[in-house]
Amino acid sequence: MERPGGKKTPGQRVSEIVDKTQGSQAWNSIFRPGSVFRKGYTDSPRNRSYVIMNSVLYHLHPVKVKRHAVKVSYTLCLGGLSFFLFILLTITGIFLMFFYRPTAAQAWNDIYTLQTSVTFGLLVRNMHRWAAHLMVLSVFLHMARVFYHGAYKPPREFNWVIGVILLTLTLLLSFTGYLLPWDQLALWAVTVGTNMMGYTPVFGDQVRFVLLGGKEIGTDTLLRWYVLHVLFVPFVTVIFLAIHFWRVRKDGGISGPL
Amino acid sequence: MTEIPEHLRKRAEAARAKAAEKAAEGGAPAEGAAPAAGAEEPAAAPSGEASRIPAHLLERSKSAKARKEGATAEPAAAAPAAAGGGGVATAVAAAAPPPTATGPGGHTQRLLTVVKAGSIQDVKATPVDKVHTWPHLLAVEFVASLLMLTFVLIFSIFVNAPLLELANINNTPNPSKAPWYFLGLQELLTMFHPMVAGVTIPGMGIFLLILAPYIDRNPNNKPEDRKFAISLFTMFLMFWAVLVIIGSFFRGPGFNFVAPWTQGLFFEL
Repeated sequence: MERPGGKKTPGQRVSEIVDKTQGSQAWNSIFRPGSVFRKGYTDSPRNRSYVIMNSVLYHLHPVKVKRHAVKVSYTLCLGGLSFFLFILLTITGIFLMFFYRPTAAQAWNDIYTLQTSVTFGLLVRNMHRWAAHLMVLSVFLHMARVFYHGAYKPPREFNWVIGVILLTLTLLLSFTGYLLPWDQLALWAVTVGTNMMGYTPVFGDQVRFVLLGGKEIGTDTLLRWYVLHVLFVPFVTVIFLAIHFWRVRKDGGISGPL
Repeated sequence: MTEIPEHLRKRAEAARAKAAEKAAEGGAPAEGAAPAAGAEEPAAAPSGEASRIPAHLLERSKSAKARKEGATAEPAAAAPAAAGGGGVATAVAAAAPPPTATGPGGHTQRLLTVVKAGSIQDVKATPVDKVHTWPHLLAVEFVASLLMLTFVLIFSIFVNAPLLELANINNTPNPSKAPWYFLGLQELLTMFHPMVAGVTIPGMGIFLLILAPYIDRNPNNKPEDRKFAISLFTMFLMFWAVLVIIGSFFRGPGFNFVAPWTQGLFFEL
């Protein structure tokens, strides 16, 4: 619609700019074919496939999945939510790392300062804590769901084994994080836990020594558990997660229907 | 020589055995015939299959062949032999010089094997009802993660994570409790030696979980067909759940039993 005097309406000008941007070389080099941000994205089977194939994140998924696999009542989203909580914990955890020093002299004060003086510090710490407990719960429930559906049966036996390993890694992640605030709760929970592991037959004392970085819980323990918590165990977990997801696809998608 | 497919041979044998049985049941006169039928069986076996080709067709092809080769044998003389059974027909054919373009017995067409559609088109990948991941699965995942994020966010706004006083190695709180997921083990500590409660039982638990798919050989995944596995696993879950709940809520100072509704909670997350 041409206005008298050849002037364009603001709406026309906006759509012109959008068209120009979406048609530019830079834009098209960023968004691969099938991206919903591309010019002229339409809902077609081809574009639906491209969305998955041309995205580094989404192509964890196959282009198509069994119809029953998208039913929430079958999976209850438990595996996906466990992974989502893992991502959420990584993000909030990185935030917390900016304000935390793993020494007996500073750890508790850092947490206290984080809660009282850092913007959103308390909120992010709360989220990290509650998401951690939720992840233990959701991984556990995911295991129960998989068992009750008989999804560990051939050809998925090995993925079940990986899953059990991931469950123990989740418990380890949570338990190593438990010590870090260096308050009475942390110290004595870990004391109880490591004393138990000290009863490992034959080399119990050595196990305890390695876990504590000494004879007693102290600043060395804190550093050790910090590195385990933020680097080592997540690193191992990510590797097993990758195998777990890859095997889901290789074993023919999720199990069922019952 | 016509090769008889294994399953057809077995089927024919079974049918013959059944017929013999029927004859045996038929009455006293049949009883005498039954052993005779049994004796005939091995001899009849190879010819039985060949004679499935109708006798008149065999005869026709045989006479055609004879004419073509200009053989001296009279077609009329061959006819009763062919009618007698395929076994005879093959024998005659074997005597003649092996023709190049025709099969055994001089047939231009022969039955190689009877193949059921299922066995030759063994389609393993039965068509599966599939949907596009985008939008059907991604939308569900997106909504689920949004809901989870919302829940965590709102819960975190209203409930603070515990931060007790600074760690003090000389001041043991009473009770001292492990994180909630280890409270089942701590509960076991009250009943067993620490090595059993802290190492052996959890170790066995993990080990059994890992071995579960190799122990459970039942290929079925229908709940009604795996009642034993399901009840066993439910007991396993309940065992830990009950221990964790007792350890969390029903244990107070000195790790003695308390009732949470009278003495309050001794539990920190």
